Formats: sequence, C-alpha cells, structure tokens
Amino acid sequence: MDTLAAPLTIAFDYTRSLGPVLGRFMAGLRERRVLGARTSDGRVHVPPLEYDPVTHEPVTDLVEVSPTGTVVSWTWNPRPVEGQPLDRPFGWALIRLDGADTPLLHAVDAEDLNTGMRVRIRWSAQRTGHIRDIACFEPGESDISEISEEFEPVEIMTTPIRLHYQHTTSAEEDRYLRALEQGRIIGQRCPACRKVYVPPRVCPADGVAPDEVVEVADRGMVTTFCVVNVPFAGQRLTPPYVVAQVLLDGADIPISHLILGVEAADVRMGMRVAAVWRDRSRWSTTPENIDHFEPTGEPDAPYESYGEHL
Amino acid sequence: MNTVAVVGFSSAGTSLTTSGVETLVPVITAALEDAGLGRREVDFWCSGSSDYLAGRAFSFVSAVDAIGAVPPIAESHVEMDAAWALYEAYLKILAGEAETALVYGFGKGTAGDLDRVLSLQLDPYTVAPLWPGAVGIAALQARLALDAGLFTEDDMARVVGRRAEGPYLSCPLREHDVARVADGAAAVVLAASDRARRLRERPARISGFAHRVDPQGLGERDLTTVPSAVAAARDAGLDGTVDVAALHAPFTHQELLLREVVRAGSYLPFGANAMFSAGLSRIGSAAGEVMSGRARTAVGHATSGPALQQNLVCVLEA
Ligand SMILES: [Zn+2]
Repeated sequence: MDTLAAPLTIAFDYTRSLGPVLGRFMAGLRERRVLGARTSDGRVHVPPLEYDPVTHEPVTDLVEVSPTGTVVSWTWNPRPVEGQPLDRPFGWALIRLDGADTPLLHAVDAEDLNTGMRVRIRWSAQRTGHIRDIACFEPGESDISEISEEFEPVEIMTTPIRLHYQHTTSAEEDRYLRALEQGRIIGQRCPACRKVYVPPRVCPADGVAPDEVVEVADRGMVTTFCVVNVPFAGQRLTPPYVVAQVLLDGADIPISHLILGVEAADVRMGMRVAAVWRDRSRWSTTPENIDHFEPTGEPDAPYESYGEHL
Repeated sequence: MNTVAVVGFSSAGTSLTTSGVETLVPVITAALEDAGLGRREVDFWCSGSSDYLAGRAFSFVSAVDAIGAVPPIAESHVEMDAAWALYEAYLKILAGEAETALVYGFGKGTAGDLDRVLSLQLDPYTVAPLWPGAVGIAALQARLALDAGLFTEDDMARVVGRRAEGPYLSCPLREHDVARVADGAAAVVLAASDRARRLRERPARISGFAHRVDPQGLGERDLTTVPSAVAAARDAGLDGTVDVAALHAPFTHQELLLREVVRAGSYLPFGANAMFSAGLSRIGSAAGEVMSGRARTAVGHATSGPALQQNLVCVLEA
C-alpha cells in the first residue's frame, strides 16, 4: 500500500567540549602536528585516549608522532557520500603513524592501495583544530615537520550532522491527511474502548488498531492552554501567543493548535473555538490547512465536559 | 533465586512507518499468543529502538501506544538492539520484581541511509566527523582477518551459500557479504521458571546471559579478535558445543569470527539486518529451536557498535 511519504532532513551542528587531551590533540592538528597519548604501559595511542585503559588514570603525557605512517588495513569506497573527506572515490585505511602503537582511521587519496603502503598526511589549507584538519592521507613520506612554539588547546569543536530520511505515514495517518486536503477532519474509533482518536492512532489504552472512521467537527473547546512568551529559533509568531489543546466536537482526544483572534490574557479553559481554514487554493495533505482556531463567542463549555482530558 | 525462560516469540520483516506502532501491534499480539499470556498479565515491558534510525524524536514513546499503557504499566527502554532490553527484563525477573515480561524491538532501517546513520555511533571527535559508515569499517576488519589467514573470501561467501565472485561493494566485501538492511520488529516473552512451565510444556530456560563491550577506538584492539564476545560467552557459562546457534552477524566475516567463539552443531542463517530487533530476533529464533524440541541447547547472540564492538550471549536449554 502506498501511503503518503515525504523526504525529511534533520540537521544539527554538534558543538563538543574537548577537555585537556583532545583539546591539545586538535590544537596540534591545527599546527600540523600529531600528538599521541602515552599510557602507563608505554604505548602511544593515536587518536589519543583520555584515560589509561589499564590504570584508569587520566592521560597527561602527550608525545608527538610522525605525520607519515603505514597502512594496516584498507578498503575502497567507490561511492563517496555526503560529509566524507573526498568527493571522488577514495580508500579508507587504518594507518599506524610512525611513533604510534595504534592505528587511526582516515581517508587515503590513492587508487592503488595496499597493506604496508607508506602514506602521509595531506593537511587542509584552512585548519581550525578539528579532525578534518587532516584533509586525507596520500602516498609518500613527509618532510620533517617544523616545530612550532607552544599552542593553546582547542576548547570546542563543531561537527555538522545532516541526515536524510523518507518519512512514511501509516494507513490511518494517510487517511487523516487526505481528508484534511478536502477540508474534513476525521478520527477513528477504538474497537475496544469506543473512543474516537483524532488524528487516528493505535489506542494507547488498549494497544489495538483503530477501526470505524468518524467525521468530527472543525470546532470544539479549549481544554488547557499555555501562553508562549519565550522566543525560540524558527518561531513564526511574535510572543505572546496561545497554544491550546482543542477537543473537537465528536472527538475523545484533543489536538494541539494556536488560538488567535483574541488577547492571550482572555483565553480560558472551556472556551468554545472554531477552526480558521486557510484559503482553499492552498489546501494540501497537511494540518497546516487549519491556520489557527478562534473563539466562536458561544458560552464556555462546563468543566465536566472536558475535565477528563486534562 | 529465580530462573528465567523464553516462552514466546514473534517477528515481522516490515515496518510501514517510521514510528513502527502499527507493525508492533500484530507482532506483540502474536508473541503473547505464542506464550499463552494475556496482555494484562505482563508485569514488565522493555523495548529497544533508536531515534536516529527513524529520524524522529521519542519514537519509543509513540511505540508504547502499541502495548496499551493505560492504566499505567511498568515499562523501560534501551537505545540499543532489543536484545539488551531482554537482558534488562531478565534481570527484573531474576530480582523477583516481575514474573513475566514482554520485550520488543523495532526500527525502519530503510527510512534513512543506514550506513551514514551508523557513522554517528563512532567516536564523535576523531571518527564520526569523517562519516566512514558501517560497511567501510567492516571491510577494514575483514581485510585484517583475510591478511591474517583466518579464512578466505570463499569461506566468507559460503556463509551465505555463495561463491566469492562478482564486484566488490567495499573490498574485500561483496554484496553477499553484507546483510540486507531491513525494516522489522520482534517480540520475546519471558517468564520466571515456575510460571514458564505452566505456560508451555517446553520453555527455553535461560541458563546464562551476559554482555560485554570492547574499547570504542577502532585501533585499540586487534579487530580480528572479538574479546567482548569471548568474555560474554564465558560469563554466560557457555562451555563446549551447543546444538544450534543464531548469531547476529551483519557481515559474513563476522559470522566466521563469532563461530570461533560460539561453537554449535548448526547455525541458523541470518537473513536481513532489521536494526534494533535483529539481535532480539536471533535470541527468539534460538529459543524457538528449543521450544519446538528441535534442539536441547542453543545460543542466541546479538551485536552492537562497529566491527563487533559489543556482544551479548544468551544460552538456552530445554
Ligand atoms: Zn481503546
């Protein structure tokens, strides 16, 4: 069955505090130097460990290793994807830098990869104190790296994350959205407890799929509400404004929506409200077809009629 | 002390929506029917899933709709394969806090690009920002094992009844070496042993259950070994060869590495990698062999993290 589906992209820039070990490691990369962590057994770990796996003591001893190393294992990535170090086919490799005892993972810009191959760091032109300061590795030996003076640790690193999904609706959600496209609001009745869910959903009380389709009104009552006073990123209205739970006539569960056309201070529990639809030419399979709810002027509903929904 | 047994299992290889609710309803119903247990008789519910897989926040909260949470129930969740949720439920029964439990896992692995999503389980400072993907890392592990002479590409192909031919997906891994990404859900019902014997003639008693994890750094261990699986098997009291094992190996070379740890007369083939329910399904399948009488002893295994970083071993007996 083909239900409504749409692409969904989630993006967020992760900002991470680095601490004393990774902060110095990243600062080193910015200066084109690679630092490893020496643990109590004398082994040098690159990337560095923050805690000694044997003694569990914090690692304090950072030592410089070579920007040249040997490929320990490799694979070929014929189809690079978003975010990877190179946008043309490249190799992934575990590379043990000279002076280090553990290999690190990075990209290698070479077509004829093999185990034991000697590779060196190709530095990014713009370095910020990030693992991506290593643009990738390339075949060859590097020159002796120049020793720079002491440098300040990096405190924060930022990594953008972007993930793409195809979001798919259930049969019930699909039916609900297609009804909205026609200016109708539907719910479905739980076959066990007979409650009408809007939007239709598996009954959380009975754990069964909803059944009979029920048309509900585009008007109802405010059960509870909050006044939004806090500005936030992406906000479309200017605070203060009211977000309320609206129990539509014929439904047994409230939906969330905006209450406009009235001062925030005048919104009340039990207030009767009606949907204000957008212009019909703009309707599609989205809850946004209802722009907001407005008071109807009818007398308030008594508490008993919505008390169980609080 | 209580002992705990598996008394019911069901799974599905589909998930329509990113919430998974509608997939879980029939799976949970079927598992309870298999166990002969009513929904209201479940003392403890525990689930495994991940919001990264579905790309929506609190997907496990909407999934609770599928179990009927009114009036209130005792419920918990792990952001891991539901095999780890099973471990939590097992402890709950061992501790005498519950007599029965239903554990479920779900996920829509095809909603996003799983290989990219799995990059986010890597070290967030030095590895994840490179987006190496799960397949690439597995390939690095496979090559180390091939270079060490532990097995050949033909041995890997034979795990899935194939020959080592055709183009590489990420060399030395070919398409057949990588388990298909799938959507799915699974549910396993547990009961304390007295109750289990009343529920069914031949429950699959859990005689040992353990999970262990290796360091996160990909260079911090010899990737051709699986220390955490060895430790988990030892802690679970696994000794000698069991009749049948169901290993959770998303790559054929990982199945071979794990067979060195879990020795069995036969291995149930691993079909598709339904993230967050696959490990639980392996335990359910192994238990099914015991409950049906086809096996006297069995092992269900689950893995998590890159390159078999984390491993769980569940030993089952008639
Ligand atoms: Zn109901």
